Amino acid sequence: MEPIQLTKDDFTSNQETRWCPGCGDYSILAQMKKVLPTLGIPRENFVFVSGIGCSSRFPYYLETYGIHGIHGRAPVIASGVKLANPNLKVFVITGDGDGLSIGGNHLIHLFRRNIDITIVLFNNQIYGLTKGQYSPTSEKGKITKSSPYGSLESPFNPVQMALASGASFVARSIDRDPKHLEDTLARAAKHKGTAFVEVYQNCNIFNDGAFLSLTEPKEKKKHLLKMEHGKPFIYGENDELMLTWTGKNFKVVNKDLNENGHEILTHDENGSGPAMEFMLASLSLDAQLPTPIGIFRAVERDTYDDMMAAQMNATKKKKGEGDLKTLFTGGYTWTND
Amino acid sequence: MSEKEVQGTEKEVQELERVTICFAGDSGDGMQLTGSQFTNTTAGIGNDLNTLPDYPAEIRAPVGTLFGVSGFQIQFSSSDVHTPGDSPDVLVAMNPAALKVNLPNLKDNGIIIINTDSFQSRNLTLAGYESNPLEDGTLSAYQIFPVNITGLTREALSDLDLNMKIKDRCKNFFALGMTYWMYSRPMDMTENWIKSKFKGKDDLIEANTKALKAGFSYALSTEIFTTSFRIPKAAKKPGLYRNITGNEGIAFGLITAAKKSGRELFLGSYPITPASDILHELSKHKNYDVKTFQAEDEIAGIGAALGAAYAGALGVTTTSGPGIALKSEFMGLAVMTELPLVIVNIQRGGPSTGLPTKTEQSDLLQAFYGRNGESPIPIIAAAGPADCFHAAFEAARIALQCTTPVILLSDGYIANGTEPWLIPDPDKIPEIKIKQPALDEKYLPYKRDPERLSRLHALPGTPGLEHRIGGLEKEDVTGNVSYNADNHDKMVRIRADKVGRINRFVENPELVGKDHGDLLILSWGSTYGPILAAVKDLQKKGKEVSWCHLRWLNPLPINLDRFIYNFKTVLIPEINLGQLSKIIRAEYLIDTVGFNRVRGLPLKTNELLAEIDVILKGLE
Repeated sequence: MEPIQLTKDDFTSNQETRWCPGCGDYSILAQMKKVLPTLGIPRENFVFVSGIGCSSRFPYYLETYGIHGIHGRAPVIASGVKLANPNLKVFVITGDGDGLSIGGNHLIHLFRRNIDITIVLFNNQIYGLTKGQYSPTSEKGKITKSSPYGSLESPFNPVQMALASGASFVARSIDRDPKHLEDTLARAAKHKGTAFVEVYQNCNIFNDGAFLSLTEPKEKKKHLLKMEHGKPFIYGENDELMLTWTGKNFKVVNKDLNENGHEILTHDENGSGPAMEFMLASLSLDAQLPTPIGIFRAVERDTYDDMMAAQMNATKKKKGEGDLKTLFTGGYTWTND
Repeated sequence: MSEKEVQGTEKEVQELERVTICFAGDSGDGMQLTGSQFTNTTAGIGNDLNTLPDYPAEIRAPVGTLFGVSGFQIQFSSSDVHTPGDSPDVLVAMNPAALKVNLPNLKDNGIIIINTDSFQSRNLTLAGYESNPLEDGTLSAYQIFPVNITGLTREALSDLDLNMKIKDRCKNFFALGMTYWMYSRPMDMTENWIKSKFKGKDDLIEANTKALKAGFSYALSTEIFTTSFRIPKAAKKPGLYRNITGNEGIAFGLITAAKKSGRELFLGSYPITPASDILHELSKHKNYDVKTFQAEDEIAGIGAALGAAYAGALGVTTTSGPGIALKSEFMGLAVMTELPLVIVNIQRGGPSTGLPTKTEQSDLLQAFYGRNGESPIPIIAAAGPADCFHAAFEAARIALQCTTPVILLSDGYIANGTEPWLIPDPDKIPEIKIKQPALDEKYLPYKRDPERLSRLHALPGTPGLEHRIGGLEKEDVTGNVSYNADNHDKMVRIRADKVGRINRFVENPELVGKDHGDLLILSWGSTYGPILAAVKDLQKKGKEVSWCHLRWLNPLPINLDRFIYNFKTVLIPEINLGQLSKIIRAEYLIDTVGFNRVRGLPLKTNELLAEIDVILKGLE
């Protein structure tokens, strides 16, 4: 068979993109279009499934198969698509409201089952399509239309949720870093099993600047930690800072000094253990510590779809290909003459 | 064993046409098993039959309590049987609670076989008896057969090295043995069943077989039982039969539809009583390309089924009661995306959690209207356990050929009840042909077949037909998102028309009797059996009534308006407060009379006959 030659234009649908000008969603769409042709998968085998919200318009803008579903339920539709036809490459596009609020239950069960589906969650920490209420990832005390005196809720940390639910691939990226986003999406798409990517995405209308400290050229080096497999956690304006481990918690030190001799950590995507993964994910909640992006976990474990196929094959081998006559007469039968 | 040997010599043998027996005891007494063994044997010797299990919602209810009573009723006959029987001729009561619960139902002068060993003060108190009904005259209107079943069972098993608890568990086989003698049933089928059930546990095979035979011999030899009964074979249509529950019927119908349409069957479901048995049954048949997905909730069940339908499977979800409420939003998406999907609702008592193990027909209006927007869905209802097979096949056929979700209504009564099923020849079941979009022209997802108004569904994986669908309003033909006012009006009407014309592609229901007259009975679903029995009774008495039992509720059949206006009275019996009545009144602008009993039980033929009598007298 000839290798498939596709370009990003092959994936552009004839639908007009209807996100607000300046929305972070454009960047995610652009990086996705770069990634898709590189996967070696025929275009007709892609299915994009979404729920409801700004992010969930995504499938309309790609020339692939797609379903724009109902609020929060993209993971279940996608599960049905993938299990019915395991040859398809299935993506779920969701947001912080869609995926973590109304659809939270489905997301955790998808992680648990490890069906071979790639999930991209656009996290803008606000409800955009309903025009600006706080979301399950909004910071506590957030002033919005529905919380004029400040919201009373503590936010979810999507990466922690995915890790705790047993997702086999968990990553975070950011809309304003196209290269990092492209690489992360590519890694996620190639992962066999449920892959989860949280993308920090700026809503310039209702929550502008939510991730400013991670995107402004002057600020971001001070706050953004790009995790790389096998390397120590180094960041800072001149890459002078390093994350170390005191035995109890993280400590940021000057990488060349490390006066107290704390443990120097090296990042291990392939299973640094749930405790370390969880601690790394929690960094984003602490303003004093850097926010990590990159891959938190990438491990192989059996996928639900493979196991389902194996079970079906084993049953066929044992019982033979089912025929209706055997089915009908399986119980106690008698003849009336 | 020849019949002569079975019967003994001194006792009288009487021939009967039909008998209804109710086996009742504690949840742990094995009454469902006893009933199903009696059923299989009865089917095997060629009687027609119909059964109804009646068990508590509690899994292991406290011993001896009224709410822990588990019953199994069977009507069998040498002629047609359409119901499990209004009131039993025979009650086998294993404890006082079973007697208390079932006595009000028993026929006058009916037979009661009582396990006297369980009528001690504690059990009597638990059942709410202040004095022992065996001694205080409560049962004087009945024929009582007091038997110390527990003691006799222990005695029969005295030489076996088993503990008392295990021996006592065999007492249901002792009771079964007695009924086998009374109604001239052979024991070999049950003996064989015991052998295969307890394979490798020789002591249990011996104990249960001994108990069965001991019960039989006891009835034969004791002077309490003076008469045994013979029920000749029924003249059923020739052919190969098996007993089938409604839930098995649905599972088989769905597998057949998938095979006949060349699709895989995908069930997305969440366990719920009384629908779970369909999930259990289908999950066994992986070698038939059946994929079952036990979802995290009801919503996920239907969502996965819809996703699978988009990917090219026959998508099915099964549920009951509150489960169907949770699925509403996805049903709307299925309407909008016009994908084939079968939604099976095994109706149970409601609202809310209601009566999980009891039957009701109260979800009809919800099936019609329980969604946001103008959201038409075809509705088909199964008439009985065996008909569940055909109804499920038909539901799937229409879903696939008309690209629409279809609601299949069954209920707790026919889901668990059984009747003999004439096994069809698989080769004679027609293929389900589905039109596929052309590969050589531009694919328009919402371009329609002019006859059915169905759309052509391009399966993911097909090169060149990539497209997006979703819950937002679709532009006619292209399927692009459209907020255009006139387009919305048009699409609302197209969706209604598509469902409304399905009655052109299904069979009209049969009209029994004349197409005009005093009384038309109109019915749907599981009331079929009790009404058929009533109509036959009326015909025997020379009374003129007509009857039409609906299979499709939405759309209503084409032929209905040819005769519905020609009757003085239209009677609609339902296990709800008149839901079909509302629809018939609205659609045909006629008045209707309801016969409504909402007790969690099937309608009773005798009560219906009494009501019809009153109506007919009023019309004279």
